[in-house]
Amino acid sequence: MSVDITMPRATAPAILPGSGGMRGALSDLFWRRPQLLLLLMLLPPVLWLGIVYIGSLFALLAQSFFSIDEFSGLINHQFTLKTYGDLLQAANLDIILRTVTMAALVTLASVVVAFPIAYYAARYARGRWKALFYLGVMLPLWSSYLVKIYAWKLILAKEGILTWLFAKLHLLWLLDAWLALPVVGGNSLSVSFTGTFIVFVYVWLPFMILPVQAALERVPGNLVEASSDLGASPGQTFRNVLFPLALPGIVAGSIFTFSLTLGDYIIPQIIGTSRLFIGQAVYSQQGTAGNIPLAAAFTVVPIVIMGFYLWGAKRMGAFDAL
Amino acid sequence: MTSAVSFQKVSRHFGSVRAVDAVDLDIAPGEFFAMLGPSGSGKTTCLRLIAGFEQPTSGSISIFGERAEGVPPYRRNVNTVFQDYALFPHLNVLDNVAYGLMVKGVGKAGRHKAAEEALSLVRLPGYGTRRPGQLSGGQRQRVALARALVNQPKVLLLDEPLGALDLKLRENMQEELKSLQKALGITFVFVTHDQGEALSMADRVAVFNDGRIMQIGTPEDIYQRPRTRFVADFVGSSNVLPPDFVQRYSGQHRWGSLRPESIRVSRAAGGEGVAARLVSTNYLGATTRLALDADGLKLHAVVPAGTALPAEGEAVVLTFNREHLHLMDEPA
Repeated sequence: MSVDITMPRATAPAILPGSGGMRGALSDLFWRRPQLLLLLMLLPPVLWLGIVYIGSLFALLAQSFFSIDEFSGLINHQFTLKTYGDLLQAANLDIILRTVTMAALVTLASVVVAFPIAYYAARYARGRWKALFYLGVMLPLWSSYLVKIYAWKLILAKEGILTWLFAKLHLLWLLDAWLALPVVGGNSLSVSFTGTFIVFVYVWLPFMILPVQAALERVPGNLVEASSDLGASPGQTFRNVLFPLALPGIVAGSIFTFSLTLGDYIIPQIIGTSRLFIGQAVYSQQGTAGNIPLAAAFTVVPIVIMGFYLWGAKRMGAFDAL
Repeated sequence: MTSAVSFQKVSRHFGSVRAVDAVDLDIAPGEFFAMLGPSGSGKTTCLRLIAGFEQPTSGSISIFGERAEGVPPYRRNVNTVFQDYALFPHLNVLDNVAYGLMVKGVGKAGRHKAAEEALSLVRLPGYGTRRPGQLSGGQRQRVALARALVNQPKVLLLDEPLGALDLKLRENMQEELKSLQKALGITFVFVTHDQGEALSMADRVAVFNDGRIMQIGTPEDIYQRPRTRFVADFVGSSNVLPPDFVQRYSGQHRWGSLRPESIRVSRAAGGEGVAARLVSTNYLGATTRLALDADGLKLHAVVPAGTALPAEGEAVVLTFNREHLHLMDEPA
């Protein structure tokens, strides 16, 4: 049917009749009471997250206040702080310290690597290059995590491409010198903390790039010009304008990189030394060791650390610009 | 005397677009200089060339006698008031104003004192602790002005600084800017597309079109004696008269311009003058603007409000003083 929009529709009523039926009545009801629609849409996910997810999390955490009977291996369902006391044993403290140090270093390295990439994407990339940037950053996220880690194991292995590259560049002595160092070294990169660190940075990098890019995208270009106009060198502009304005993005990204590193148990298992990280400790305590209370207590550690982390970030004003 | 800003055959091309095309320009120290033109005419690019945000494709720019090509913005003693102010959202007003002094290494007490003085200068004393987001458009504009002035620049660049303000505020700021410029004696270069603003504030005006300067002169020059059809039309929408029409009244076959307020409109009574038809009237408050059709030639006249007017569609006779008919340089 063709409609002549130039003709006034003299016969049309000013108020149209309802479309009738169930759907019409529902539409009218939701229009008059938008909160009702909101409630209907939010109820299922809230129930799922609130009861099933948070509920089971608390059920796990509650276990940390029980203890294990060392002789029978049975769980003693009596409230006690003994399990938390066990966390303070030197071996367990080592695990916590190692994991937190790794998470901090990974976060720091991610910021350093991600910032220039995010800056380029936010400031200069347009059209096709921007699409390519998103593809490049997101593509690794779409492939299997395990495949990426095993690929890195090959890259970092003694017979791997990295060793070959160092040899071609006549820099094997440098690699050997690094591997000879205590703590960070090892037989090859794939069985050293350096390898664990490299893979952590690679795997979590997109989680840092995207929020930093989003934050930089929101910085109007003329603020950079204004800073330069007022006499600030590029370095001063970075310190006084770009970095503070990108900080919310950096903090958001660091929450990902830090917490994901704190909790991961697969990467250090496949690439690294035999010394444990928190995630591996949780895994082995609740599995082979059957010490659920200690596993639960280990789980509390990253949660508490992240709580302090977010509190500190808030105090630093990282969320002011959100 | 050395010019505050001097352009010699300056061009800035973006690909095939000649944003600025062989512009020659001399701005005297202490002058209030306006760059006027429609959007895309190259006036803002000229401003950005002075600030150092753009580099000329060819030609040379000097600021107080010193060559400025290849000199980054942060090494130029020139400050800009940006169109949308570009205040730093993460700093309070005082630190915004003190920013230029901070990066130059002035201590906290010294720079805050200077910033406080600059804020008094723009009549915002005591606003230092607020955030830019808490200010109105007019207040932000003043903060942006204080932030530039506190550095005591040799040249102050203003990029349509009043564009985002409402009419009343804009008129107040025009007066304030003018008196501030007089008091400080700093060279102001002011970009605007508003001809009224340019004429009322500037000592001299450059009219831009298509990357070129059409005319440079005092506001009176530009308004009374436009050299080209574009200037006549753009600056205060003069009536542009074709050579054949002009020849009848001046004897010369040249383009002419006639200000709308120079035309007298009377009811057709077979009197002397140009026969025309009143097409429409447009009430503007103090004046009424009349659209006229003189045998196919579209003209505008402005008469004081309250003048008895013929009805729309009626035949009228137009008269004007011969000496108000201005002959333009543009070849016929």
